Amino acid sequence: MVTLTVNGRQHQTDAETDTPLLYVLRDELGLNGAKFGCGLGQCGACTVNVDGRAIYSCLTPIVALEGKEITTLEGLGTVDKPHPLQRAFMDEQAAQCGYCIAGMIMRANALLQNQPGASEAVIRAHMQPNLCRCGTHMRILRAVRRAALAMKEAAR
Amino acid sequence: MNAPHRLHAFSRRELLASGGALIVSFSLTPALAQDAPSPPPAPAEAKPPQLPGSLSKAPFLDSWIKIDADGGVTVVTGKAELGQGIKTALIQVAAEELDVDVRSVKIITADTAKTPNEMYTAGSHSMQDSGVAIRHASAQVREILIGLAAQRLSLPAERLTASQGAVIADDGRSVAFGQLVTGDVLHVQAQPTSKLKDPAKHAIVGKPVARIDIPAKVTGGAAYVQDLRLPNMVHGRMVRPPSYGARLRSVDTAGVEHMPGVLKVVRDGNVLAVIAEREYTAIKAMRALAEAAAWDETPNALPDPASIYSYLQKLPAQDYVILNRGSASAGAKTLQATYHRPYQMHASIGPSCAVALFEANALTVWTHSQGVFPLRKALAEMLRMPPEQVRCVQVEGSGCYGHNAADDAGADAAYLAHAFPGRPVRVQWMREDEHSFEPYGPAMSTSAKASLDNSGSIVDWEFHVWSNTHSTRPGAAGDLLVANYLGSPFTPPPPKPIPQPEGGGDRNAIPIYKLPNARVVHHFIPEMPIRVSALRGLGAYMNIFSLESFMDELAAVSGIDPVEFRLKHIEDSRAREVIALASERFGWLRGGRKHPPGRGQGFAFARYKNLAAYAALAVEVDVERETGRIELRRIVAAVDSGEAVSPDGIRNQIEGGILQSASWTLYEQVGFDRSRITARDWSRYPILRFAAVPQSLEVFIIDRPGQPFLGTGEASQGPTSAALANAVADAAGVRLRDLPLTRERLKAAMAS
Amino acid sequence: MRAGRIVLGLLVILILCGGAFFFWASWPEIAAIQPPAKTSFDPAAVKRGGELVAIGNCITCHTRSDGKPLAGGRALTTPFGRIYATNITPDPDTGIGRWSQEAFDRAMRRGVDRRGEHLYPAFPYDHFTQLSENDLKAIYAYLMTREPVQALMPANELPFPLNLRVTVAAWKLLFLRTGTYRSDPVHDVEWNHGAYLANSLAHCGACHTPRNFLAAEERGDAFGGGSAEGWYAPALNAASPAPVPWTKDSLYTYLRHGFEAQHGSPTGPMREVVASLAQVPESDVRAIATYVASLAPPNPDRQRRAEALLRKLGQPETVGAALPAPPNAGAAIFAGACAVCHSPTRSSGSAEGINLALSSAVNGPDPRNAIRVIIGGIHQADTEPGPLMPDFGGAFTDAQIADLLNYVRTRFAGQPTWPDLLDHIRRIRQGQDNS
Repeated sequence: MVTLTVNGRQHQTDAETDTPLLYVLRDELGLNGAKFGCGLGQCGACTVNVDGRAIYSCLTPIVALEGKEITTLEGLGTVDKPHPLQRAFMDEQAAQCGYCIAGMIMRANALLQNQPGASEAVIRAHMQPNLCRCGTHMRILRAVRRAALAMKEAAR
Repeated sequence: MNAPHRLHAFSRRELLASGGALIVSFSLTPALAQDAPSPPPAPAEAKPPQLPGSLSKAPFLDSWIKIDADGGVTVVTGKAELGQGIKTALIQVAAEELDVDVRSVKIITADTAKTPNEMYTAGSHSMQDSGVAIRHASAQVREILIGLAAQRLSLPAERLTASQGAVIADDGRSVAFGQLVTGDVLHVQAQPTSKLKDPAKHAIVGKPVARIDIPAKVTGGAAYVQDLRLPNMVHGRMVRPPSYGARLRSVDTAGVEHMPGVLKVVRDGNVLAVIAEREYTAIKAMRALAEAAAWDETPNALPDPASIYSYLQKLPAQDYVILNRGSASAGAKTLQATYHRPYQMHASIGPSCAVALFEANALTVWTHSQGVFPLRKALAEMLRMPPEQVRCVQVEGSGCYGHNAADDAGADAAYLAHAFPGRPVRVQWMREDEHSFEPYGPAMSTSAKASLDNSGSIVDWEFHVWSNTHSTRPGAAGDLLVANYLGSPFTPPPPKPIPQPEGGGDRNAIPIYKLPNARVVHHFIPEMPIRVSALRGLGAYMNIFSLESFMDELAAVSGIDPVEFRLKHIEDSRAREVIALASERFGWLRGGRKHPPGRGQGFAFARYKNLAAYAALAVEVDVERETGRIELRRIVAAVDSGEAVSPDGIRNQIEGGILQSASWTLYEQVGFDRSRITARDWSRYPILRFAAVPQSLEVFIIDRPGQPFLGTGEASQGPTSAALANAVADAAGVRLRDLPLTRERLKAAMAS
Repeated sequence: MRAGRIVLGLLVILILCGGAFFFWASWPEIAAIQPPAKTSFDPAAVKRGGELVAIGNCITCHTRSDGKPLAGGRALTTPFGRIYATNITPDPDTGIGRWSQEAFDRAMRRGVDRRGEHLYPAFPYDHFTQLSENDLKAIYAYLMTREPVQALMPANELPFPLNLRVTVAAWKLLFLRTGTYRSDPVHDVEWNHGAYLANSLAHCGACHTPRNFLAAEERGDAFGGGSAEGWYAPALNAASPAPVPWTKDSLYTYLRHGFEAQHGSPTGPMREVVASLAQVPESDVRAIATYVASLAPPNPDRQRRAEALLRKLGQPETVGAALPAPPNAGAAIFAGACAVCHSPTRSSGSAEGINLALSSAVNGPDPRNAIRVIIGGIHQADTEPGPLMPDFGGAFTDAQIADLLNYVRTRFAGQPTWPDLLDHIRRIRQGQDNS
């Protein structure tokens, strides 16, 4: 049995130790944020945060995650109480199909948690591992910039 | 048939062997789409007047608008949400005509059990088909409700209006919609005309309305078919052949069958699949099964990639003269150019997925297919079931950009569910399979030739396009991948060209410009060595790339500014406006610009299908001589979509289309060798990432309230590609005519 | 008194020697010229110069990540501190626009700039000294026809006394052997061309040869393995750690296409080298491959072991055996994170993930490359097809990476685990060991 701490709650799973986190999150915990995009660590659709860092949940086996803090999109906020990133993505209408967006938000969160007022150049470089096929890049960057400012304000 | 199956390639031998004539339809009136847009020919006298949009397919009002006893409004559409925001746009249209709060309206999308059959959500037709139907249906429902209220209140209808979900009289009395809707009052056939709201009074259409699907998508709500979790659901994975034409010789399934958690291994002809309780078990079992399988592979099943264009052009083709105006005419200068475009992928970010349940002789499939009704027909044929026993429900997937593997995933799930009745089976395609087996946008070649007189006017024009079909969408079981592999397989039906004025490979092959003498020939190539179908824009991407690159080449030879040159040859005032707006907002300096070295600007324009939305684009790039790197700096676009229901939706689609087209144009080509597709994942088929995104991208919309909706979703693919090629030519002094415009090609061209 | 005279005598000698040294160590300024017109250069020379510059991979060191090509500014981390590459665009004020051919040749052959200042041997003139006169002309022609860029360099970050360029003169006295390449009559034309390119422009030994404590290459152990910016540059001679010995064909494929099925793809600074070589005439790359392959003489034992390994890898593992429950954390991490691309029995996953039994990094004596690739991944510099490996730095702790590498080393290399592995991992994570 492996014990995982997801969004502040402990969860025990009897999934095999080499099971990538993605499948436990989606199939056992019913969480929709992290998505299957490639299973190869090439697209970032599965991105979640572990101890504040962005990781590919499609390629991180649960055996490596005991004792670590896992945060998914659901752990950031809700429709009624959105996290600044979620708020920003809604305000900028930063989605077309939206499939990549959860990964984008978690990727951005790993940056903005540590560097709340990160610059445009830093944001762009940081988001590089995440793919968007619909071409929503401009809005995604606007949303992340917007959240960056909001989080910088909040940090004061 | 015992012959080894090509992977969905339709060989000439099979074509001839299938006997019977090819059914082809092509326009008998070639002049239709070229000059000013003309209305379709009037129907014969005896027929009743046509109902607007898709009302002609489903004339009852309550097929489109439902109102419950609480007054809750539900819009019903046969179209699908693909991420283009159509759900929100249709709700806006209905809410406007019904005068209800837009946030209170619900919507049901394509479902063979519940919605009208609007065929495919494709071709940027949703607003023209469904939007128009819903607008008229809503207006007519409103009038019926007003009529009913008039009776109830004993007042003439002129004294009543609809507002906030009720009918209000000018004396202050009101009756809520919910109280008026009893029995079958809305089960009436639509009228050909409606009392539509005055566009000047629009409060919802044309105004910013937040998309209804975004909140769930940014907070982890269920939004996609991938999020469906049904009770007792199991997981299936398909094992696909290692190469084109491979046949399954043998497979030792015993080891996999005994893996804990594996429920069933399925083998039928070349179909090999596994079903397990847990998803990761299914994945591991799939890999083990692939290792345990032995395939007979066909050497050289695929053509040599180095000569793919000449290979395709040598295949038998049907030649359609889609434009023949005037007569061949000589001019002062003649120019000729050939262009090429490789196979390109949809490459949806979320690989295709479907869930199916077969129970009590009935099959339900939840799928992100663009056409649930045609899919139902194909599934029924494949499983030899009556279509009434099959229900297909569209649930949103990730962006598909045309006919991707969604239908195939639906067929896989249906097939496995049929083999494993009683429990819902979820099939998730792997990334490698999505890349390798989805139907691509076809490789195409074009050749353009034109003559100019001394004043720089085009006096003669000839254009040829060679292409496979751009649609192998199901309707037939033979269009489903799994059906091709069965022990008793279904073969794909012979491909047919899509007739003008829509066109397939010849979409937008007819120039919109004013050309006194012009000939356009579509060489339709039925044989498909590699599986192909509809990719956003279809032939328009390549044809506009070719035409608009060629227009620039002609402009250069004439010594005329590219924007001027286009205006010189176009009369359509809406086209002129869009060209002027884009060039003005971009700061296009006519007659020469002084750039820093390596910088260039390019322009392009197109009207999608010559009858949908207008789009003009200007692009600024930097080219690095040492490396051939192209950097996107600035892009400005102007769009005319007729009446803009959701201006932000239009902007979003155009921005997205521009960046997607930039990715296709700069980077994308499907790699293959003599036996298999080598572009199996993002490492071998890289696409645009954040580092390559331009510094600025602006879209300006010309809104025309009251004008017909013009399909917009695919309008920017073509112009973007040509604007880029033109900008690169300006920056680097070399003209690239082979897509994609890779760094290597540019560097080589600059060096020579 | 006598002792005093001896001391005085020694002092005088010392001063005279010191004076002689300083006299020897100082070079005159070569007069600045008007920047030559681009049209004054033969286009054929410019073209060849471009190819030579690609072989020399000048652009990688002389370009900052966000800067214009060849305009300098990139920091090179050496064991002694940071050195910034110069602007070699033909800008008259901040670049080499006013350098004559003579000044350029002197810099390339002797490591002295136009003004007479010594250049740090981070600029590998100890290799470029072997260049022929014609090639130097071509390189000069190419550089002088580039876009001039105004860009100033940050000051080098070196401790005293190394920040005094005269110390370089002492280094040169000890270690610099000037002189053009001399053909070896025992070998054919192609080999000699490859030897010439590899030892001069491509300066392979600068990374692949170990260095002494004064940072000079150990001539007695040429191509015996070295370091570059924290990455291990494997031995190319008989000590090569590649499980399947390189041939001239496999080396050509690797250098030209950035991937070879029995060796994988380059990591670290070698990625940029290979990216550069993709644009160089085929014959040049083949020559280099021929030469470098010859550095490891044929070894029948090695060959036999390689053949046995390839045979073993060609067979699929039996189905049951392929899926045991992972016995330990390292095995489970491998199964869940790595197997999808590196699986011994691959039927899916990224095409460039080689079986790790073939990997030099896994089989070699130095774990740094394997560590760095796990932590940082392999990214595509341009949007072009090529290896793409995700970074696992955020997913695993140092101990987990150690578990994983111990498992990989045991299972795929069949060798004892690397000593001090955890320590290596920690140092790399903390940004140490970057030279």
